[in-house]
Amino acid sequence: MMPVEPGALAVEPRSITQPPEQLRYARWLEWGTRFGLALLIVVFLAYGVGLVEPHVPHSRLPEVWNLPVSQFLVATGLPDGWGWLRHAHRGDIANLIGIGLLAGASVLALLALVPLYLRQGNRLYAGLCVAEVAVLLLAASGLLTAGH
Amino acid sequence: MPRHRAAAAAACLLTLLAAPAQAAAAAAPAGAPWWLWPALLFAACFVMGIVAVPAGIGGGTLFVPIVGGFFPFHLDFVRGAGLLVALASALAAAPMLLRGGLASLRLALPLALLASASSIGGALLGLALPVSVVQTALGLIVLGIVALMAVSKKSEFPVVTAPDRLSTALALHGVFVDGATRRRVDWQVHRSATGLVVFLGIGVLAGMFGIGAGWANVPALNLLMGAPLKVSAGTSGLVLSLVDSSAAWVYVNKGAVLPMIAVPSVIGMMLGAKIGARLLDVLKGSVIRRMVIGVLLFAGMRALLKGTGVWP
Repeated sequence: MMPVEPGALAVEPRSITQPPEQLRYARWLEWGTRFGLALLIVVFLAYGVGLVEPHVPHSRLPEVWNLPVSQFLVATGLPDGWGWLRHAHRGDIANLIGIGLLAGASVLALLALVPLYLRQGNRLYAGLCVAEVAVLLLAASGLLTAGH
Repeated sequence: MPRHRAAAAAACLLTLLAAPAQAAAAAAPAGAPWWLWPALLFAACFVMGIVAVPAGIGGGTLFVPIVGGFFPFHLDFVRGAGLLVALASALAAAPMLLRGGLASLRLALPLALLASASSIGGALLGLALPVSVVQTALGLIVLGIVALMAVSKKSEFPVVTAPDRLSTALALHGVFVDGATRRRVDWQVHRSATGLVVFLGIGVLAGMFGIGAGWANVPALNLLMGAPLKVSAGTSGLVLSLVDSSAAWVYVNKGAVLPMIAVPSVIGMMLGAKIGARLLDVLKGSVIRRMVIGVLLFAGMRALLKGTGVWP
């Protein structure tokens, strides 16, 4: 493929290729997002139409969704942190799996970049990816706490 | 489509947007079915998704002030849902933008690292402060966004004569083909250190209010750092996908993500955004933008008055 000069006009978009790490990140992010969204929709439909019994009955939601989260947890008996996993068989709580996949999609995409950057000898960006993953994992860990 | 017809279509969209909000503003009728509010929320988010694209703002920016102001849900859950709305939209758009060079991974990574770390602090702060304080601050921020939208200038291709040392070290440059002109555009950035500091502050706001932060990311990338407007908008989405991921985990861990609020919002907004993207050519963006400024002005005033107890 012929190189395209800067500022050239009538350029075919496909003639410009983006860096390989950018394309790899796009691919991983796309699949992670698709999977997370598909799971979220399926699980929510099962919950919404009552196929799977929820922890908080539908009819009780209007009593609790106007409470601050600390009072909501007391009123519903739900734990904070990763305690929700114990209730993941319930229709409403199962939705958090899809939400977790969406919030974690970037972690897998970032980890997929590390070997590529290291092969290129780009330790700086490999380190940035690892640091970003560490930040996301710290946020996900539930170690940081605050509340009303 | 003639301009007046496009404007009429835009007005209809905004009326549709206002209708669920108005309905929600009224006291809930006794004995109303439980699904009424989620259904209204889905409808409102669908319309917000349609207008957000032509207006050039993220759906999360509309979501938190409107839903927080006019729906009966506690602000904790609204912010949690707002983050997920912004996250899902950013994740869905990012792959295509990355492949086309309209989002730059190299530019996004250092900025997102600082912003996502500070967004955790913002999220913790937002969940620790009294709701009246957060609501008042939200009102002020939304009114600030209105002012920014009304007066801010944009530079499609800012002139960056020379990159600074930091941006050279981080290789913050790229190339894309402008779809409108089919011109090859090579870009680089400057004022990288200032940009990094600004993104620290943007992360706090994104985590604290759950409103996404495209309204702040784009001017910072475009006007401050000198990235082309399209690259700024695309990279902003990529930064948001990382920042909102870390803040969203804080809300999940605190129990502030209620699926019956979050999931209809995400689905409604994403379906609306697909239609909004198709209407981009037929709707006049500036008309929609002015109307969205009006809606945000109202929602910002509502949040301010709710937070101060004037209009509880």
